[in-house]
Amino acid sequence: MKTIVIGVIGADVHAVGNKIIEYTLNKSGYNVVNIGVLSTQEDFINAAIETNADMIMVSSLYGHGEIDCRGMRDKCVESGIENILLYVGGNIVVGKQDFNEVKKRFLEMGFNRIYPPGTSIDEALKDIKTDLGE
Amino acid sequence: MANYLLIDFGSTFTKLCAVDSEKCDILGTASDFTTVETDITEGYQKALKKLFDRIGKKIEFEQIIACSSAAGGLKMAAIGLVKELTVEAAKRVCLGAGAKVDLVLSHHLNNSEIKQIIDMNIDIILLAGGSDGGNSEAVIFNADLLGKSGIKIPVVFAGNKSAQDQISEIFKKYNMNGHICENVMPSINVLNINSARDKIREIFLKQIIEAKGIKKIESEINQVILPTPSAVLEAAKLLSEGYLDESGLGEIVVVDIGGATTDLYSICTSTKRSDVIVQGLEEPFAKRTVEGDLGMRYSAPGIVKSLSEREINFINKEKGVDIVEEVNRRYKNVKLLPENQHDEFIDQFLAEMCAYRSMHRHCGRITEVLTPMGKVFNQTGKDLSEVSYVIGSGGVIINSKHQYEILRQTTNILHNPSELRPNDPEFLIDHDYIMSAMGLLAKIQPMVALKIMKNHITQIRGNQDETSK
Repeated sequence: MKTIVIGVIGADVHAVGNKIIEYTLNKSGYNVVNIGVLSTQEDFINAAIETNADMIMVSSLYGHGEIDCRGMRDKCVESGIENILLYVGGNIVVGKQDFNEVKKRFLEMGFNRIYPPGTSIDEALKDIKTDLGE
Repeated sequence: MANYLLIDFGSTFTKLCAVDSEKCDILGTASDFTTVETDITEGYQKALKKLFDRIGKKIEFEQIIACSSAAGGLKMAAIGLVKELTVEAAKRVCLGAGAKVDLVLSHHLNNSEIKQIIDMNIDIILLAGGSDGGNSEAVIFNADLLGKSGIKIPVVFAGNKSAQDQISEIFKKYNMNGHICENVMPSINVLNINSARDKIREIFLKQIIEAKGIKKIESEINQVILPTPSAVLEAAKLLSEGYLDESGLGEIVVVDIGGATTDLYSICTSTKRSDVIVQGLEEPFAKRTVEGDLGMRYSAPGIVKSLSEREINFINKEKGVDIVEEVNRRYKNVKLLPENQHDEFIDQFLAEMCAYRSMHRHCGRITEVLTPMGKVFNQTGKDLSEVSYVIGSGGVIINSKHQYEILRQTTNILHNPSELRPNDPEFLIDHDYIMSAMGLLAKIQPMVALKIMKNHITQIRGNQDETSK
């Protein structure tokens, strides 16, 4: 069974969407490790190491996601999980920015998949299945 | 009539406590120096003679049971994967089992760390790492390295359950003294203490006390059942929770300042507030921390070590002493008993520092986080603010003329809002130094142990310049 670490990064306490993600991924046959809200990059990485996770899925709903996610891939490399898949989604930046620009910036930061506001978890699920195998 | 004799073989003193279970009272207490280097029975016999002298006659005992922290106590190495997760979980299990955690190691071990384990004369190794179904590569690597090194120290494996079979094979392959139990952290931030703790206590009982020269006493007593701090933890739990229809004291903190360590026990839930978000590894309801650098004699230099030169100069000027000289004198002469007012003054000051610092390290923290949704509170560790009682134990507190001043140091005297120290507790004193004995008695006669504690652990007595609050 593939393991996915999920949680809400930074000073962000939006708990509901995170619960929906947990529910959907669980139902789809993944081992979900939900570290909850107000989580730091280190919390995600530590949980991924201990659980031997295949993917980290970061949620951010309050607009500061770009600041919170900076350097996360580097920390994964330092921690010996350089090959882990990093997903991010939600309202990850402030204001109405061109999403292609945002996506480019997050790809440069080392994230594998980036989702715009309003994406349902079902859409992401297709990518997860592709990336992790069924 | 059923009399019980309860013994605590401490690092310095062998302490005896005789109990009459029908009257629910203490018949007498006595102590003498622990003689583990020569023959542990010598010190015991001397203390026993004193006890009989005090009672006025020889009496028979239904059962004689003991706890021990002699010969360095139970020295453990806690090994995990990530520092904040399985390493912390392993450490807490060791502390809960009454051990001193002399080595804390993480990730893949190396040969110099293995050498440290051997050089430091570790008694038991707790090997954790990986949540269930999670990482197993690191624990297997570590078990293999321990095996290759030819270590014969007992190894308790309490890591990822999916690695159990391979770990068992490694234990067999290298003919190791290996034991398997449940994972200390089965899933992220969930703490599972009991299985590994019980295994550690069992090994302590079967193997460690023999190696420490305590086995010799077994012909004269029934058994040594617990490491001393473990007995104190049991007593604190009983005193807090009560037993059947006899109520307990509710949430409590016990501070025990000894010569080598300061132990702090808190029996309470980690928070009662609904407006905080609690983060990090789950906190045990009965939690023990031990500070190996805070103590009145062996560890006295540790108290000043973390002070800056400026702080030391300030203390020297303020108190009119040479604090560095004073702690070194105590370190060199661990049997020093205060002979004059000056010595008492220094001991009082050191005890206050131990109480303040140990609570600083034990209690949880709270921080305000400003979010677009308003202010939220983020808590790590245990919230002790609502604790009803702080109980003082250990020679320096019991003999102090200013007990209130020592115990007050556990509260928020510096008004630091981020430290979740007890807010407004009542202060009690373990006047007769009976907590470890009652932890032993709790194993066979919990009701008697509880009643005795409730009668003997009481408020600060008169002749103190400050009575209570």
